[in-house]
Amino acid sequence: MTSGVATPGGGWRRADPPSTGTRGDQRRTRKGGRRGRDGDPTVEDAEFSSYYGRPIVKPATWKNPEVPLYLFLGGAAGVSSVIGALGEFTGRPVLTRAAHHTAAGGALASVVLLIVDLGRPMRFLHMLRVFKPTSPLSVGSYILSPFSALTVATAGLHVLELVPAVRALPVARWIPGVRKGAAVGAAVFGGPMTTYTAVLLANTATPSWHEPYEELPFLFAGSALAAGGGVSMALSPPAESGPSRKVALAGAAIELAAAHRVEHGHGLVSEPYHLGRAGRLLRAAKACTIGGAGLTLLAGRSRTAGVLAGALLATGSMLTRFGVFDAGMASARDPKYTVVPQRERLAARQAEAAELAGGEARSVTR
Amino acid sequence: MTTVSSASPGLPGTGRPDGNRLFGPLPDVSGDAGYEPDHPARVGFFTDTSVCIGCKACEVACKEWNTLPMDDANGTRDQMALSGMSYDNTGMLGANSWRHVAFVEQVRTVDLPMPAVGLPGRSPGTGDVHAHDRVMADDAPRAAQTSVLNAQSLSEFDPQTGQSGDREIRWLMSSDVCKHCTHAACLDVCPTGALFRTEFGTVVVQGDICNGCGYCVPACPYGVIDQRKDDGRVFKCTMCYDRLTDGLQPACATACPTQSIQFGDLDELHARADARLATLQGQGVQTARLYGRDENDGVGGDGAFFLLLDEPEVYGLPPDPVVTTRDLPSMWKHAAAGAAMVVGVVLTAFVGRRP
Repeated sequence: MTSGVATPGGGWRRADPPSTGTRGDQRRTRKGGRRGRDGDPTVEDAEFSSYYGRPIVKPATWKNPEVPLYLFLGGAAGVSSVIGALGEFTGRPVLTRAAHHTAAGGALASVVLLIVDLGRPMRFLHMLRVFKPTSPLSVGSYILSPFSALTVATAGLHVLELVPAVRALPVARWIPGVRKGAAVGAAVFGGPMTTYTAVLLANTATPSWHEPYEELPFLFAGSALAAGGGVSMALSPPAESGPSRKVALAGAAIELAAAHRVEHGHGLVSEPYHLGRAGRLLRAAKACTIGGAGLTLLAGRSRTAGVLAGALLATGSMLTRFGVFDAGMASARDPKYTVVPQRERLAARQAEAAELAGGEARSVTR
Repeated sequence: MTTVSSASPGLPGTGRPDGNRLFGPLPDVSGDAGYEPDHPARVGFFTDTSVCIGCKACEVACKEWNTLPMDDANGTRDQMALSGMSYDNTGMLGANSWRHVAFVEQVRTVDLPMPAVGLPGRSPGTGDVHAHDRVMADDAPRAAQTSVLNAQSLSEFDPQTGQSGDREIRWLMSSDVCKHCTHAACLDVCPTGALFRTEFGTVVVQGDICNGCGYCVPACPYGVIDQRKDDGRVFKCTMCYDRLTDGLQPACATACPTQSIQFGDLDELHARADARLATLQGQGVQTARLYGRDENDGVGGDGAFFLLLDEPEVYGLPPDPVVTTRDLPSMWKHAAAGAAMVVGVVLTAFVGRRP
């Protein structure tokens, strides 16, 4: 900044540093202290200019807790629908019913949460006016709509079968076939349900959501597997919940590995995942997920362990979504996360161009 | 009835050879959005901040014409408050402020030329205490341009710089506005089609379609568009679409008393901006630069571009904005892989004999 008055922009500094500067300093000091403790990526305190410390990009206007909760429920419902569909064909009635009810409940709640989040809820059908592959929310609407319809139909048919009056009807013998068809249909959308929400967050200018766009879908997929596997494990007897336990364990492993990549692989932009509320949420999420995964190993013998493990895994998954949401919001509010990576990008490009020009000049002289 | 939107250049198969129409230069932005070839030329703003005097006439004209409600520096509606940081009480672009005049107050210390005293070692042996004076007199124009006191020459041309003792104070003022990007992230991510590309190449929100999902707000790399909380919908600069269709200039450009805000066909504005930049640099204002002019930048060039006198971030602008949808094809690939992984994991878990 003080590189001499002859260089472009040289010598000029802001006349009166705003009061926000001291708050930033305190935060950086705190980060410096934590760096030693849990081995955060060593990010040097970056010097950067800004307009009175005001944010450059706008943080999302999405409601909290509605949207993070939706990210969690949508994922859990998606995995549950796949478990339910496979349970139909492998003779596991209790697991199947539990998974289908979880999927339908999660899907219904997702739809309600998404509508509540709209600024004009009465206009929610405008979501289906057009189909835009460039808008993850448009694509998501076309995933969520059939998914919620099919999961609710599947769960509804489960309930109908229990009603004696319906069982007496001649059409009753068709119900299992229709239910299986609906379950398979829902499962087709189950996978995309778990990962499109990651694209929803990544496809923004919010630094800490956009940069890890390659890992975020796997983090959300792992988190959804842990939650979906965990919940269906908790709701079914150990004799039937074998696949759920495997799904939960694999999901927990994927969630932890992907979270590590997101939290440590992106330099400065990974920093918000360690600081403040986001950091606390994500540390709690890890503790829950690890604890849940450990208990899952005992869930084959003990129903109590299964219930506890499922609850812990679901809590871990939910806290992960809340943590990721908070980290992104924090990264949008501090201009540092917008300016410094873009400056580095520019500098790298200029160095590359200079090297290229230098190479050409050399070849000309030669 | 649901239609596949052609409003954003996102569908592969037509147009560019590399298939990615979400990024890079786009010569005919309106034609690409589906307008007939006889659509009007692309229009834009060239905001020359070197002549901005910070009068905020643009802000007032915009508020008046578009009947925007009052808000404070943080976008709180019907609040009157001082930001407490500068003369800037508008604070930022938002749902109710479609023009925002930034006030940047900068200071630096200068070595004042001291004509009566020869600097030690400056002219050894001559003993001529008037050497410096003579140099200044003989070669004044050149000295003014090449002097290390670049700011001194700047202050001759630039009313925004003044001196006080050994300190120099510089005011940078800049009227910020929606950039009407060639590749507009807000338009790309809008799920309802409320945001659309006009025949003039600008980007406008249709108030009767927007359902307030708010996706455009975090998608904008400049932080321009925002939601009006009590209304629920999003709002931003329309480049006075209503005035353009009637052959008028936008309100802000009409009100600007110094021609800091210039409106016109984008091609013509580019030429005008290049000439202005050359003039300023010829006068020794080495810090002048164009922002948003380059169609090879991260958003394919801006419909509203700027001449700045310092780094973009000093004005609250991102130094290297990139439209987020540039990476969307890769995101979808990773999401598809993740979804396949989910199905694969569950399938594998069901494989094998039951204990």
